[in-house]
Amino acid sequence: MKRTTLPLHAIAWIVGAFILVPIVYALIGGFKSTDQLSVNPFGLPSPWNTGNYTDVLAEGSFWRQLWNSTFIAVLTTAVTVALSAMAAFVFARFAFRGRELLFTLFTAGLMFPFAVAILPIFVMLRTLNLLDNPWGVILVQAAFGLPLTIIILRGFFRSIPGEIEEAATLDGCGPFAFFWRILLPMARPALATVSVLAIVGSWNNFMLPLVVFSDELSWTLPLGIQQFQGQYSSDTSRILAYLVLAMVPALGFYALAERHLIGGLTAGATKG
Amino acid sequence: MTTVTRRPEAATLPAPARPPRKRGRGLLTIALFVLPALVLFLLLVVAPILVAIYASGFKWNGFGGLPTDFIGFDNFTRLFRSEIFTTDLWHLAVLVGLCVLVQLPLALGIAMLLNQRIRGRSLYRLIFFAPYVLSEVITAVLFSLILSPTSGLANEIIGIVGLESEWLSDPGTVLLSLFLVLTWKYFGFHMMIYLAGRQNIPEELIEAAKIDGAAGWKVFRHVTLPLLGPTIRISVFLSVIYTIQLFDLVWILTEGGPAHASETLAVTMFDVGFDRAQVGYASAISVVMFGLSLIFALGYQRFVMRRDLEGATTAMGDRR
Repeated sequence: MKRTTLPLHAIAWIVGAFILVPIVYALIGGFKSTDQLSVNPFGLPSPWNTGNYTDVLAEGSFWRQLWNSTFIAVLTTAVTVALSAMAAFVFARFAFRGRELLFTLFTAGLMFPFAVAILPIFVMLRTLNLLDNPWGVILVQAAFGLPLTIIILRGFFRSIPGEIEEAATLDGCGPFAFFWRILLPMARPALATVSVLAIVGSWNNFMLPLVVFSDELSWTLPLGIQQFQGQYSSDTSRILAYLVLAMVPALGFYALAERHLIGGLTAGATKG
Repeated sequence: MTTVTRRPEAATLPAPARPPRKRGRGLLTIALFVLPALVLFLLLVVAPILVAIYASGFKWNGFGGLPTDFIGFDNFTRLFRSEIFTTDLWHLAVLVGLCVLVQLPLALGIAMLLNQRIRGRSLYRLIFFAPYVLSEVITAVLFSLILSPTSGLANEIIGIVGLESEWLSDPGTVLLSLFLVLTWKYFGFHMMIYLAGRQNIPEELIEAAKIDGAAGWKVFRHVTLPLLGPTIRISVFLSVIYTIQLFDLVWILTEGGPAHASETLAVTMFDVGFDRAQVGYASAISVVMFGLSLIFALGYQRFVMRRDLEGATTAMGDRR
């Protein structure tokens, strides 16, 4: 058994290099000047040049975009999870006519590609004066996040034994109190999973902010990165520094929430 | 459907927990809890798609309320005759083919590898999945620099063995380059799905096959692979649905160029709808994307995933 692991390691190393080389190239390239980068693409920087990173950090626009992305991600998550939890509660624990039909309507939402709706959404947001308004992005993202969130939460709510609800009812607990004081606290792991999915989805969204935000002040990080590339197209190492700084929150979040992220994605995938 | 197991004492209680009890007062509660989600969903998901379908019958620039200049199926006949549309479909087919034949088998192979007890496998897993967490914008900008024909890292690397390529600037290599980026970003995601699927296979089955004398490849081919069937079918499904609406990466890497050689349906739709304000025509493209996804999803579930949806996975069958 032991001797066979060497080729396995070799393959894992090659794949690992394929994944890591671009990221490491960006990280180290950010410490070079663009001239250095073209003469010496592989080696370590000499001298190490922190100017690219400090310049980006000194610019207000990077921090503003970071704030905008955070603001939109947090509110998107709050709206998605709150509305989904309420709906999932009813789908999981109430019996009423049309329940399955209504639930199927939501699950069908998984098959609606976002790109299909983008034009009418743009026209609608313009009519409602929600262009260049973060709520224009937040509400649309939340609406498209509902199907998967409802499916995951409903599954979890159904797994909570009926005895608990009976006991709560006998103790005089109404449906609201049961939902708020018993179900939600018990569902914390599931809520964490769907929240992580909503945050990542919002954080990485590009198409919707692209059409909603024309004012630079409301840009999120993805828009800022795209614009920065256009603005400094000849200054490669400066763009690399910007990219690396923009990766930090996403990779940091990944390191913290890895378990929820992977659990949620694989669960989401098998439930789609 | 309802889980009525493990409640032997239910008969002695005043009322069973789920069905009829909540009727009277329940209706108001139900409405209060479902309506917010339902309203948001109908308004921002269902209505826009209906509007797109409606608008595809009109010549419309997107201004002044709903469109009025009805032209029947003209947008569609124009679309079906357009060369760009045909190449969009061809690119879709090529990318789906490459994903299914190259990217997913690679992901499956790596997943099997990481399922072995090799040292550092959780670190490998962590690294391989990392690109999935980065936005498509970061990925695209990073690779537009790396694949630059004049100063990019990619040409430096293959230059070691005396090769060079125009990558994204050559119509002949642009799709392959795009696929390379897609693989960098997404194979880790599929690998994770396969790993999760593999871990659901009882180890006794694999052991039993080994005891019966099957070795390495044979165990994989005749035991592991069939048992991974549902997982693989889902990952193919996700891959196709994703590729139909592929936009961010292409938009930033190439905007569909050079000379439409990497254009996708979503890029054409975006270009026509937002940059040229032909909203009616762009809606027709949206409708085709919607139709493709829907036909594929329904057909795939009906004919390919049927076996997975009934029987063993009742939790899934439940939902359909």
